[in-house]
Amino acid sequence: MAPIVEIINVSKSYWRGNRAIPVLVDINLSIAEGEFLALMGPSGSGKSTLLNLIAALDHVDSGAIQVGGIDITALSENELAEWRAVNVGFIFQFYNLIPVLTAFENVELPLLLTGLSRRQRNEHVEMALRIVNLEERMDHYPAQLSGGEQQRVAIARAIVTDPVILVADEPTGDLDKVAAREILELMDRLNRESHKTIIMVTHDPRAAEKARVIRRLEKGFLNDVHSQDPH
Amino acid sequence: MFILKILIRNAFRHKLRTLLTILGITVAILAFGLLRTFINAWYGGVEASSASRLVTRSSISLIFHLPLSYKDKIRQVDGVKTVSWGTWFGGVYIDEKNFFANFAVDAKSYLELYPEFLLSPEETTAFLRDRKGFVAGRKLAKRFGWKIGDTVTLRGTIYPGNWDFVLRGIYRGRNETIDETQFFFHWDYLNEMMKKRGSARADQAGWYMVGVTRPDRATEVALAIDRTFKNSLAETLTETEKAFQLSFISMSETIIMAIELVSFVVIIIIIAVVANTMSMTYRERIGEYAIFKTLGYRGWRIAGMIVGESMIITLIGSFLGIVLTFPVAGIVGKMLSNYFPVFNVAEEAIYMDLAASIIIGLIAAIVPTYRSVRIRIADGLRRIG
Repeated sequence: MAPIVEIINVSKSYWRGNRAIPVLVDINLSIAEGEFLALMGPSGSGKSTLLNLIAALDHVDSGAIQVGGIDITALSENELAEWRAVNVGFIFQFYNLIPVLTAFENVELPLLLTGLSRRQRNEHVEMALRIVNLEERMDHYPAQLSGGEQQRVAIARAIVTDPVILVADEPTGDLDKVAAREILELMDRLNRESHKTIIMVTHDPRAAEKARVIRRLEKGFLNDVHSQDPH
Repeated sequence: MFILKILIRNAFRHKLRTLLTILGITVAILAFGLLRTFINAWYGGVEASSASRLVTRSSISLIFHLPLSYKDKIRQVDGVKTVSWGTWFGGVYIDEKNFFANFAVDAKSYLELYPEFLLSPEETTAFLRDRKGFVAGRKLAKRFGWKIGDTVTLRGTIYPGNWDFVLRGIYRGRNETIDETQFFFHWDYLNEMMKKRGSARADQAGWYMVGVTRPDRATEVALAIDRTFKNSLAETLTETEKAFQLSFISMSETIIMAIELVSFVVIIIIIAVVANTMSMTYRERIGEYAIFKTLGYRGWRIAGMIVGESMIITLIGSFLGIVLTFPVAGIVGKMLSNYFPVFNVAEEAIYMDLAASIIIGLIAAIVPTYRSVRIRIADGLRRIG
């Protein structure tokens, strides 16, 4: 498969006062279309930073990132906002749903930026909620849902625009074992059946087992490639 | 619709905080509206003054009277249509606390010159026929329960003795800016009594009211009148009715300025209160704004959410404040009716209330909006969890 994400010589540092603290050092990485990649590593290894860079939530210090052939490091803030709305679906550790909106409305949020009619939006939202098996709870507010259900709503929100890549930052980090397994199976299904490219940050080995490729980050450096047959 | 839904739900996410903020805005707008009404009431006489009327008085002071003979000379000035005259009587009804304005006027010409005082033809005829008759404003008659035919006695302070008058008419104002608390009676009656007593006040008028043929000639006519009496024993000062009223108000200009200042201070305080509420909201929702940005929402959309929420809270509070201003002004107006015969909430006060609301809503949202638009997504997301 052709690479959908190309990371070329990317470096990133954070500043503490006058001192630069390198977080990512000269990273090169290719992610093929339809891949399920797990980025692992200890806390502070730079995996979330790398994920943020791939999803255009942060800026590189040097290097380039191409997604679907577009150099996202060359885009302006406004162009990046538009690009994210179309190309990236986000799944966060703490679900990050808007508490005053129902499950349906949360999933509808990204579609408000598109030119879809109300009827078309409703169809898309219902389909996304059907995929995550939450159709019957669409009128519930986040506070009325369990952690696993909230994460499923977040996944529905991530896939409703049919993005090019799905990025997940510790998607099971705040869930119990049963809910975590359900979420991972759902992501696995999205990857297998819908051929979604998924990039997942985790330090849970059981979560990483679902990925087809595991890359490890250690102190800002990317280590060996580890391919596996997912369980 | 969706955005409005978010704005309303966000605005009431912390019900107690929002309700307290709304209460604060309501009280502030109510106070602002009342203070503006108070200022308008002060200028009530000016509002009601006519552009086609002049007032001629002694150039030294209002307390110095002018000879009655001036009326014929004034009448001869080119551009003069009607001349009337009057005197401040300063009578007391039963007790000094029952203050109201009372004048002796040349009845026929006065009613001709003041068409805004509406009297029925029967009442007008009855008043003109009875030299001891008087006319009272609707509010004044209501205040003391006077009915047509009632005899009312005033104790003279400038003109000593008890003076009996018979109520012959109750006038209504042509519009709500007209003072309906006045008491006026025949100058002839007062003058006859002065003559009988051999008083130096006989054949003296406190001031002349002059109707001009065309309002645009008012200044020219005023100068001509004053020129007529130049170098006489009683030189005159003629000015438009509006300028005459303003000269009274200028005496209390400092008080009005202080009230005006307080009204703006009230608005500044409430801006600080709403800004504080919006800042708390911003701090709590940094993560959410980052999520919106993550989903592709641009800065201006997020700015719209913050400004919109601030405006919703402010406008609800302001609406309640404006609605409450009317009954409260009614109560305050009754309490102060001795001093402010016209205490109506002016249209201008409502516009100022609305302008103040918009300013409050916008200014309160400036800092949170700026910060939320500027915040980097990665930094915002780090605040979650």
